[in-house]
Amino acid sequence: MFSLTLAGTRAALRAREFSARELATAYLAAIEALNPRLNAFVTITPELALRQAEAADAALARGEAGHLTGIPLAIKDLFCTAGVRTTAGSRILAPFVPPYESTVTSHLLRDGAVFLGKANLDEFAMGSSNMTSAFGPVTNPWTRRGSNARLVPGGSSGGSAAAVAARLALGATATDTGGSIRQPASFCGIAGIKPTYGRCSRWGIVAFASSLDQAGPLARTVEDCAILLTSMAGHDEKDSTSADRPVPDFAAACARSVKGLRIGVPTEYRSDGMSPEIEALWQRGLEWLREAGAEIVDVSLPHTKYGLATYYIVDPAEASSNLARYDGVRFGARTEGADLTDMYENTRAAGFGAEVTRRVLIGTYVLSAGYYDAYYLRAQKIRALILRDFTEVFRKVDALLTPTAPTAAFMQGERMDDPVTMYLNDVFTVPANMSGIPGLSVPAGLDGDGLPLGLQVLGKPFDEETVFAVGAALERAAGFSALPGIRAGMEQ
Amino acid sequence: MSLDPATVRRIAKLARIRIEESQLPQLERELNGILGWIEQLNEVNVEGVEPLTGGAQMALKLRDDVVTDGGISEQVLANAPDRVGDFYTVPKVVE
Repeated sequence: MFSLTLAGTRAALRAREFSARELATAYLAAIEALNPRLNAFVTITPELALRQAEAADAALARGEAGHLTGIPLAIKDLFCTAGVRTTAGSRILAPFVPPYESTVTSHLLRDGAVFLGKANLDEFAMGSSNMTSAFGPVTNPWTRRGSNARLVPGGSSGGSAAAVAARLALGATATDTGGSIRQPASFCGIAGIKPTYGRCSRWGIVAFASSLDQAGPLARTVEDCAILLTSMAGHDEKDSTSADRPVPDFAAACARSVKGLRIGVPTEYRSDGMSPEIEALWQRGLEWLREAGAEIVDVSLPHTKYGLATYYIVDPAEASSNLARYDGVRFGARTEGADLTDMYENTRAAGFGAEVTRRVLIGTYVLSAGYYDAYYLRAQKIRALILRDFTEVFRKVDALLTPTAPTAAFMQGERMDDPVTMYLNDVFTVPANMSGIPGLSVPAGLDGDGLPLGLQVLGKPFDEETVFAVGAALERAAGFSALPGIRAGMEQ
Repeated sequence: MSLDPATVRRIAKLARIRIEESQLPQLERELNGILGWIEQLNEVNVEGVEPLTGGAQMALKLRDDVVTDGGISEQVLANAPDRVGDFYTVPKVVE
């Protein structure tokens, strides 16, 4: 049962090989057995899952199976779920039970999905390791060959990625502000796509950096991601930045040929100190696409090197504005104080962790009187130049191929001394957020320690279909079949 | 541009986050590390470039200015840390 993909499970459910209830029960048992080791879930919702599974079985019996009827998923704990605690990985939201459902999760429920629980994440999705969660770090189900050292699953969607990789869910919702879907996908040996900004509604997702945040799926295969995205996407009156355009059948695009496509290789991504293993995997990926009939073209994105520093102005600035709402008055945790200001300051000091505090302070500074032009306005202009680079390149090519992350998964506690060292993880993923374009990470190989590495496909705005076609071609050529040591369905 | 302890205190005050004196040296070091790294952006020529304000390359839609939701005060208040009837409570502001 655990070796089936989402697409395979869907077919088996429709063929009544097992019931949705049996499936949910098996996944819940696997979570119970393995979550103490992985900490991938902050909240597990067995009663809700079984109730949804029973409704799925009833729909299947009536022959009314929806797009995702009976499919067990993990929901990143940044998506508001009606009646189910939603923490954003923060102490300040620890008591928060939303009275409403996010648009993305309501789409998944509409299509019959079963929610197993809420997945752990970096606090307010700020991080690249899942080490900043107020609910403890997540352990990557992969380990280095011959070592038991606990590795990070990446972040911020670390719980979602670890749950999917360990086969504790068939797929998961995630969000990506600077790489938070793609980097954990790479670290955990699974697929994940950040669609074009506006493809999924942000309504009901705890806001972090609103001009960068975008929801997307994590799953074992490119096709599974495509199936999930078709459900998650779509226009929403409640999010004015959600795109009013039809949602294609993304899964159909996975079967498209890449013959004749032009694939760009951005020369600026060959950063100093790129590991030879990642460089070799990138070359292999280009070779696979060439063999599938694509044409490889060298291209230039001259402002690449400024992407990350620009991001670390825009992101904290928007975060400091968004997080102003956590004041201990309307929802969330409150710490009392002598007067109103005192109460605000105590509440926010007790409620926010170190990384969130750093970003709120940086954001407050770059937006403060006298510094706005030098930092924020300048960053927005450089952001325009980054977008212009992509716009010009996409006149010549259909998609770009790059590594997803500069390294494989690292150890828990590593890179914690200097915030900038942690930020460098996102060097290849941030430009897609700055420019709003879609990006997909595909598991493509293992490094010398036996850890997974991903390749990233970047595409034109709203052309996820080409991204899926290229990603599926890479997946077929790579034949990535390695599995992590910790996973459901094996002898424990 | 380098932040001194007084500036860190001022930013924390603006952000309404209590910072203890003992936290100041580390915060000052970390914030200066980040801001120092960001300074590389000064070498980019942005002359005549229009700022990009959002992630969406499209015009934002307008909707009709009508009430579409409401009458759910109990749901709205359900997560209040402290309340009296239909009101949120805060420490006394006016003597």
